[in-house]
Amino acid sequence: MVQSRGADETAEILHVDGVSVTLSGREILHDVTFHINAGEFTGLIGSNGAGKTTLLRVILGLITPTSGTVRFEGGARRQPHIGYVPQRITLDPDMPLRARDLVGLGIDGQRFGLPWPSAARRRRVDEMLDSVDAMRFAESRVGNLSGGEQQRILIAHALISRPRLLLLDEPLANLDIGSEQEVVDLLSRIATQQQIAVLISTHDMNPLLPVMDRIVYVAAGRIATGTTDEVVSSESLTKLYGHHVDVIHVHDRVLVVAGRTDAALQHGGNESIVELV
Amino acid sequence: MLGFLSPLFEPGFFSNAPVQTALLVGGIVAVVSGIVGTFTVMRGQSFAGHSLADIGTAGGSASFLLGISPLFGFVAMNLMAAGVMEWIGIRRPRGRDLGAALGLAALLLYLDTTASSTTGATINVLFGSIFTLPSSLVPVIAIFSVVAAGVVLAMYRPLLLSSVSSDLATAQGVRVRLVGIGYLGALAVAVSLSAVTIGAILSTALLIGPAATALRITNRTGRAAVIASAIGVVATWLGVLLAYDSYYWFPSRGGWPVSFFVVTLVFLLYLVSQIRFGRGSRVQRAGVAAQAG
Repeated sequence: MVQSRGADETAEILHVDGVSVTLSGREILHDVTFHINAGEFTGLIGSNGAGKTTLLRVILGLITPTSGTVRFEGGARRQPHIGYVPQRITLDPDMPLRARDLVGLGIDGQRFGLPWPSAARRRRVDEMLDSVDAMRFAESRVGNLSGGEQQRILIAHALISRPRLLLLDEPLANLDIGSEQEVVDLLSRIATQQQIAVLISTHDMNPLLPVMDRIVYVAAGRIATGTTDEVVSSESLTKLYGHHVDVIHVHDRVLVVAGRTDAALQHGGNESIVELV
Repeated sequence: MLGFLSPLFEPGFFSNAPVQTALLVGGIVAVVSGIVGTFTVMRGQSFAGHSLADIGTAGGSASFLLGISPLFGFVAMNLMAAGVMEWIGIRRPRGRDLGAALGLAALLLYLDTTASSTTGATINVLFGSIFTLPSSLVPVIAIFSVVAAGVVLAMYRPLLLSSVSSDLATAQGVRVRLVGIGYLGALAVAVSLSAVTIGAILSTALLIGPAATALRITNRTGRAAVIASAIGVVATWLGVLLAYDSYYWFPSRGGWPVSFFVVTLVFLLYLVSQIRFGRGSRVQRAGVAAQAG
């Protein structure tokens, strides 16, 4: 495993230590250890089925690891509030819910009783909408927005409760190149300006290359972590996969060619991980 | 003064005690159906509502044999059915899940008909008994209504969030399963109330129709519930009025069923909303969104 550059212990937001997860007899994650600091932008990279979503669900406390621990800021075992943008939400166009209402639910959606409109609440929602450039479609039905617009609303929904850690599961899937870049820029800006640690899972690391501080690379339940340069090299990934792996730079894109693996063969032009059987 | 309305309001409409009860009960039940139904449509559980009405028919018909009000039969059977649906994890039941219950309902309806030697009981279960409800039942209906609407309003935000996405709700600390159970309970009671007033056959229409119309008209969940309730109340009251008037209509053998008028009015309003706020514009916008995404 590649160690990251010297981390400041006090700024540590998340510490995953030796986490293994076995679900119905199959080992999904094996001895996963990494940490994330405040304001850091971390990419959780891996092909489909590598264990990314399971790892996010462990951090969220939705899955209890078979062994190992997850600690948060100040060594807390209990999960503080975490902002979360789940994978592939289908928002029904028939649902009578404005974009601003969904963001508002991020403040108090878990509370009982009817919502109570107030000027302060409205201002807070407006500020949040503004910071994700979503004022333009704030009054529209969420189900009628484009993929990129919905993603921005979901990010606003996750951020309005002011979490210190934001998890996003494949937020770039199904976005066109333009919206992809917009969402990445937005997240990078949020991480820096508001000192929020961002952990974003994706099967294609290329859109994140310019903004990533740290990478957590998952393959068949094991991880390698460090800076992009440390992790995305033939040497480091060969160690992770357990057999020879080529890292190819084509123009400004990175291609990982991992041969002879039992992982599923990946297709699709957007994949940065090409696994050959 | 209101003489010009006399062709519409047949003599004695407002002074008739069963009509007063019908207007009161119909109004209350329409409001509950509007509130609960808005979430039924948003959660894609319309067929669950319909299934409950079908299954509840067995309870409604059994209560005649036991000599109690069908309201209690409907509520008991529906809560039980909702419990089973939750227990075996059917969120969106399909036709085959209903076979046994429908068979039981048919048997009990048959026994109702033979036991009472009139078709009155069967008619009451299938078409509702809004004109023959004893006034002593009004407080009971009111209590059930307050409970069903109260549960939905109390869980308004967690219910809304888990209807949008259960993942989103879970991550925010909502106990999605518990909210789902509470909602299914409220749905079971609402369907029972609707079945007692306009009958088991058409009870789903009062639950789903106004809500589906409201969803077209507004972008806001709270307003949708208010509009759905208002549409339901208007349709029910007009339905009661027309049914009262129809006493003298062809084939003049005791009037047309209220449920027919209520459901027809609900459907007409839905058609109007489709034309006014309908698919055309929405599909266009969705198409643009699909291109952009």
